[in-house]
Amino acid sequence: MNIPYTVEIRPDTGLANGKLGIWLFLASEVMLFGALFSTYIILRNGAAEWPHGELSVPLGAINTVILISSSVTMVMAWASLKLNDWAKHRLYLIATFVLAALFLVNKYFEYSDHLAKGEGPWHSTFLAIYFTLTGLHGLHIVGGMIVMAYFIGPGAKLWKANADQFANRIEYTGLYWHFVDLVWIFLFPVLYLL
Amino acid sequence: MHSDHGDVHASVRKYFMIGAALLIFTGITVAANLMHLAIPLAITVALAIAITKASMVAAVFMHLSDEKKWIYGALLLTVIFFFVLMSVPSFTNMDVIGTHEPAIGGGEHPAGH
Repeated sequence: MNIPYTVEIRPDTGLANGKLGIWLFLASEVMLFGALFSTYIILRNGAAEWPHGELSVPLGAINTVILISSSVTMVMAWASLKLNDWAKHRLYLIATFVLAALFLVNKYFEYSDHLAKGEGPWHSTFLAIYFTLTGLHGLHIVGGMIVMAYFIGPGAKLWKANADQFANRIEYTGLYWHFVDLVWIFLFPVLYLL
Repeated sequence: MHSDHGDVHASVRKYFMIGAALLIFTGITVAANLMHLAIPLAITVALAIAITKASMVAAVFMHLSDEKKWIYGALLLTVIFFFVLMSVPSFTNMDVIGTHEPAIGGGEHPAGH
């Protein structure tokens, strides 16, 4: 049985089902991260003082550059498919995966540095919300990498079977990935700079 | 939507330009932090830059600038509830904001310890 409207547009919404589906999922993700940002506001408003300088701004800035670059490579991975350039698509998708991995490597060094000094989430309110927010964000990076690995690997054969459906799936992956970048765009100033 | 070959070709340069703009705004964010502005101004500047960057990602990379109304409708609801989420918790401790009094019982230690 074929799932309808994976490529064709639904007459009522004007969209393929997957496009509306991924946006509704992202809407739920906004509420998930929103709840944690809201928690941050409560904790910071209720604190007598809030620490500064505990996080490495250069490392956070480098991670911001990495994620922004990965958003560029991700949208180019989709655009290359629309331009029928399979080789460029593979290059950009693999580049996105590598940049995501680099982000996690930096995160590992950052977490290790804190934990080696006994500064875990139990240490202070600030570090509790820091580890919670960046930990959840990191899990989303891992989730995105799993999906990208599937499309680099076994999922790639859909390109030959149904090119438009494959391009749509890459577009939806891209939407998720840009959302992950968007969350970090707020996380970096809120946690590292303010 | 960017599905025509010509449309996508024209968008490629825009993607790289927006990427460069995002990196520049990141630099501006870090530079603003080095100026050690007063907290309310620092928060305003940082969030203004973050919202600008987020808007560029959403409009260009996520193609939101030419999406269908079902997507806009879903996002409008999300934005409304997001602002409620951000605002309601502050109503619970509005009377003690800036007074160094904890709103909830406890809070004997500063948040950094």
